[in-house]
Amino acid sequence: MISRRDFMQVSMAASALVGASGFGNWSRLAAQQRLTQDQLLQFDTFGNVSLIHITDIHAQLKPVYFREPEINIGVGANRGEVPHVTGAGFRRLYGIEDGSPSAYALSYNDFSALASEYGRVGGLDRVATVVNAIRAERPDAILLDGGDTWHGSYTCYQTAGQDMVNAMNGLKPDAMTFHWEFTLGSERVNEIVAGLPFAALGQNIFDAEWDEPAEAFKPYKFFERGGVKIAVIGQAFPYMPIANPGWMFPEYSFGIRDQHMQEMVDEVRGQGAELVVLLSHNGFDVDKKMAGVVTGIDVILSGHTHDALPEPVLVGETIIVASGSNGKFVSRVDLDVRDGRMMGFRHKLIPIFSDVIAPDPEMTRLIDEQRAPYAAEMAEVIGTAGSLLYRRGNFNGSWDDVICDALLSEREAEIALSPGVRWGPSILPGQDITREDIWNVTSMTYPNAYRTEMTGEFLKVVMEDVADNLFNPDPFYQQGGDMVRVGGMGYRIDVTKPQGQRITDMTLLATGEAIDPARNYVVAGWASVNEGTEGPPIWDVVESHIRKLGTVSPTENTSVTVVGA
Amino acid sequence: MDFTRRETLALGAGAALLSFLPFRANAAAVDDLIAEFTGGAEMADAGVELNAPEIAENGNTVPIEVSAPGASAILLLAAGNPTPPVAKFGFGPLAGSQTASTRIRLAGTQEVIAIAQLGDGTFARTSKTVKVTIGGCGG
Repeated sequence: MISRRDFMQVSMAASALVGASGFGNWSRLAAQQRLTQDQLLQFDTFGNVSLIHITDIHAQLKPVYFREPEINIGVGANRGEVPHVTGAGFRRLYGIEDGSPSAYALSYNDFSALASEYGRVGGLDRVATVVNAIRAERPDAILLDGGDTWHGSYTCYQTAGQDMVNAMNGLKPDAMTFHWEFTLGSERVNEIVAGLPFAALGQNIFDAEWDEPAEAFKPYKFFERGGVKIAVIGQAFPYMPIANPGWMFPEYSFGIRDQHMQEMVDEVRGQGAELVVLLSHNGFDVDKKMAGVVTGIDVILSGHTHDALPEPVLVGETIIVASGSNGKFVSRVDLDVRDGRMMGFRHKLIPIFSDVIAPDPEMTRLIDEQRAPYAAEMAEVIGTAGSLLYRRGNFNGSWDDVICDALLSEREAEIALSPGVRWGPSILPGQDITREDIWNVTSMTYPNAYRTEMTGEFLKVVMEDVADNLFNPDPFYQQGGDMVRVGGMGYRIDVTKPQGQRITDMTLLATGEAIDPARNYVVAGWASVNEGTEGPPIWDVVESHIRKLGTVSPTENTSVTVVGA
Repeated sequence: MDFTRRETLALGAGAALLSFLPFRANAAAVDDLIAEFTGGAEMADAGVELNAPEIAENGNTVPIEVSAPGASAILLLAAGNPTPPVAKFGFGPLAGSQTASTRIRLAGTQEVIAIAQLGDGTFARTSKTVKVTIGGCGG
């Protein structure tokens, strides 16, 4: 990680780029308790091009609480580098004062207390206000959606993504790329994409049969803004058929395809592109590596791993911008493009404090229209949170502890497995848990809670396999999720070891006995990528569990011992 | 076309000649196969390119592309398969390009190796780890 001062010096010395970030500004103002909408939006328009980036909304139309991770370990060259810096280390790195709104927005400490002070974040109607304000200053700003938009809520599931399509159409993006969208099934994705009033991009979306670029998704789109010829190249999530059920979209193949990316960059440069922007769903570490192996990309707008960074990271002459998730942040990047090259930039990560930024009334109406048919079911209170429920973290989150407990008791299992996804808002202590809240952390098109038997040996294989998706030292082999959440079993993990040697000391918590490789264990889980998985949907399992308990207060989870972090 | 493996579909570019290596009951060590192809000659790092996915979407049919400008032959090996030899692509002097793509089956995570005999008779080697995974969870 380069500190901000070093970063600016380096960028100027190495490439004549002049960089500035507006982050320090809102941080200071916030610390003085004078946070206003004008200050959050304050930006001295710069250069001749503006980019607006939002990503990984996961269908969160309304403001939510969202706690950032405490544990986010980087391996290999990324050990200790952003975004793998959390809490106090993160605040120190960016000069954030403890207890300030920026501490609340960007780190995990004292989350419940700060949340009650500063309120919810996000809401697409607040996002609309921010986008409109930027467009007022720069009418031809380009709005880019990094994907994971048509997934993640009750209404999104019930409408097969239509609620998000309608709402986003109101925001008028210029292009988007994809990940969870494909779990709607290729037929539905094709149907929506055919009617999109903006570009659906993915240079790595291929026809699986012929291994050729898919027709429905273009690799890039040209824009002419501020007298500058801009190429926006899309990059969908590379490992969709592996991390998600490939049988739902068998016609499509993905992959990182960095060679093809280089060909696309060369192609658009050959066609006169003066600015090359990559709208990416690679995940941050993959984007960092890609910026190093593909030459000619000016800006990477990075999504997938849900990182929010107050300043861009510079790799060579490429800046990488990470804009968070769940509607919590919008990034604005102003660029000075002259003589066919990027000469400088100004950047601001705008936190969407829902109590500070006024909702755009037109978007509020549009959102409420999508939600109205389902409002009653969603609002039903199922139970109460006795302590903070959150998901983010490499190994566990209290929301996932509740889900694993639900699987263990409702499905009468010895061991529970819950997917290490990074979406899902948080619930404060004392807050009601509604049906909508449960769906916000479980909604998906392959929700069946299976019950099966696995040998101890197979469980070890599963754990090692998932651990390598997260901790392989080469980012191109990482899938960008977190470790599978485990209930009923403890383990030790050494993140520095190779696959097959990371997981040891697997223990059945009920008895304290070591897991026997030869014994069969009853395992319940959900989100299996296998076709034909049977069982009730996970939201019913969790709802039934919470109803019985009334108040859920997961205790601190100490079942995972981490070594080598 | 009748190839040894049902899953293998090979497409040779231009005037490329394809010859498939017979499967051996007991696969010889990868080093022996390489030595047999190169005659023990030194192998350069540059001169042959191998395009393969980092993680296979389906281990039963993994798209692989090899290319080596000016080469007369490219040997493709899957080091971790029970029978490592995959294919040897031969290119005649009139070949428009020395590129071939095929789909191969991988028994598990392993190194895929391509060795080319270049126009001047020297050899070049490259390899890539292709991971075969049981699937995980996306962010």
